[in-house]
Amino acid sequence: MSAILSRVLLRPDQRIDSKLRKRLNKALLVVMFAAPGMLVFSIFLLIPVSQSVQYSRYKWNGFGEPENYQEWGNYERLVEHKVFQGAVKHSFTIMGLSLTIQLPIAMLLALLVGRGTLPGRRFFRMMLFIPYVFSEIVTALIWLYVFHPRDGLANLAFDTLVPGFKPMPWLADRDVVLYAIFAVLIWKYFGFYMILYMAGLQGVPKDLEEAARVDGANWLQVLQKITLPLMGSTIRLTIFLSVLGSFQQFAIVWVMTQGGPVSSSETIATYLYKYGIKGFNLGYGSAVAVVLFLITVVFSIGHQRMIMHQDYMEYTS
Amino acid sequence: MQETSFIQRVRAGQLLVVGFKYTVLIILCLIMMGPVATAVLGSMRTTGEFLSKPFGLPTNGIHWEHYTDILKSYSFWNSAKNSLLITAGVASLNVILGSMLAFVFSRVSFWGRTILFNILSVGLLFPTVVAILPIFIQVRKLELINSLWGVILPTVAFGLPTTVVILRAFFVAIPRELEDASYIDGCSPIGFFRYILMPMSRPALAAVITLQIIAGWNEYFLSLVVLADSNKWPLTLGIMQFQGQYITDWSRVMAYVVILIIPAVIFYLFTEKYIVTGLTGGELKG
Repeated sequence: MSAILSRVLLRPDQRIDSKLRKRLNKALLVVMFAAPGMLVFSIFLLIPVSQSVQYSRYKWNGFGEPENYQEWGNYERLVEHKVFQGAVKHSFTIMGLSLTIQLPIAMLLALLVGRGTLPGRRFFRMMLFIPYVFSEIVTALIWLYVFHPRDGLANLAFDTLVPGFKPMPWLADRDVVLYAIFAVLIWKYFGFYMILYMAGLQGVPKDLEEAARVDGANWLQVLQKITLPLMGSTIRLTIFLSVLGSFQQFAIVWVMTQGGPVSSSETIATYLYKYGIKGFNLGYGSAVAVVLFLITVVFSIGHQRMIMHQDYMEYTS
Repeated sequence: MQETSFIQRVRAGQLLVVGFKYTVLIILCLIMMGPVATAVLGSMRTTGEFLSKPFGLPTNGIHWEHYTDILKSYSFWNSAKNSLLITAGVASLNVILGSMLAFVFSRVSFWGRTILFNILSVGLLFPTVVAILPIFIQVRKLELINSLWGVILPTVAFGLPTTVVILRAFFVAIPRELEDASYIDGCSPIGFFRYILMPMSRPALAAVITLQIIAGWNEYFLSLVVLADSNKWPLTLGIMQFQGQYITDWSRVMAYVVILIIPAVIFYLFTEKYIVTGLTGGELKG
């Protein structure tokens, strides 16, 4: 094989020596192994996405070639559309709730079942993690019932626990629906973050905590001053994944409410689907995608900076 | 310092703390399993019963016909076949391509290695949603609409960054001496890859395959957009055929949901170890 390569790449007066042959062999190896994967990746991810920017400058119904050049018109309309503004707000709300509620809960549970000798740990771990394995469709359908306006499980539970509770139409109430959906999201995903925290905990030497306890620190102080700081990189990872995940929510929201009622549970993703794909407005949809991507990139860069700064400090201090 | 055992700590009077922990855990388990219980119960009653009282026990005996109807229908097994094909395609292609990429990224130094790896890592950033439109257009250009490959290939493209990152970290840890020894014995790099590296990496490979099987089995969005012919629908889409325009046959939907959950749970029980290893890069013990 390298004989063929050498005939192609060398001038007639060049002779192949063992060093050159080795380099050609290596090049061949790299090409053979890396090409298929990179090819699939480029064709089906990289190239299409980079074409989004171009598509977003047209008004295009998806059939044939894009024709109606709009320049930035799509973006102008996007920014002015009240529904889109709402969708952005909702996505950010989900992100905020996720960071302030989901991650701390995951952390607490990781501390409870992640280590130590509590009997039945593995069973509880399984119970808490299993919803992650269900498909989003399955999750959405199950919870559609739970939120049934008259006698769904949610109403039943609140009815028994809270005196004077009146059954609520969870998914039809504009002020409540986003939080109802967030409950579903926590239910499904927090097990994933719990497992990540459990792994991070393994990296915290128990001796340090024991030593602090011997010196008289209570559990809260140990948590704050020793455990959490040592889990820094894991925490940063979960923040990163959680934020990214918040902006991606489509299937669960779509199956449960289609973004309603009256767009009060619309997310950027459902907005893209509803107004871009279903509305046969692919140029407009591409604009939404580009905006979403920009939000993601800005966050990633900010996150990278913060990490580097943090890790740099840890390294030098 | 010896870790105090559970029994010792209980004797030492921490009963209150332990009791509190268990209470919290049990409540949480109820919350986690409650919705699933609703689904199971709902599948065993009729739609009429369900609409009047969603959470309650079956009154006229268990209605198994929802299950038998589904299990007897051709479209169910057809969707099951599609799901299996998609899952198998995604998992195998992803692992093969990914391990090859991880191999050269980890053990062969070449010009452009860092750049390529960074390009691949950018793929981790894309929410599926951002890419769905252009991927749809691309799939259409390649005339893969309505073909299962139109779902498999983009899903593989999405999963490659994760796989490569996990496998590369694992491959890097294999000692160089092993590789050099095999070369001295006359092995080629490809041989090393096939006969030594891969068998040694079984745990990481198992983790990656497991994660990809989950991804392929639960694939929804891409299938929704790419597969117009309902004959090609996987199980995740097949459920839509039970939701007519005016009436939803809830009980049948719930039976379908339960049928979908069972393989997922069984699969999880067998591969729990691998899922956890894959997600945490092998650090988790116990």
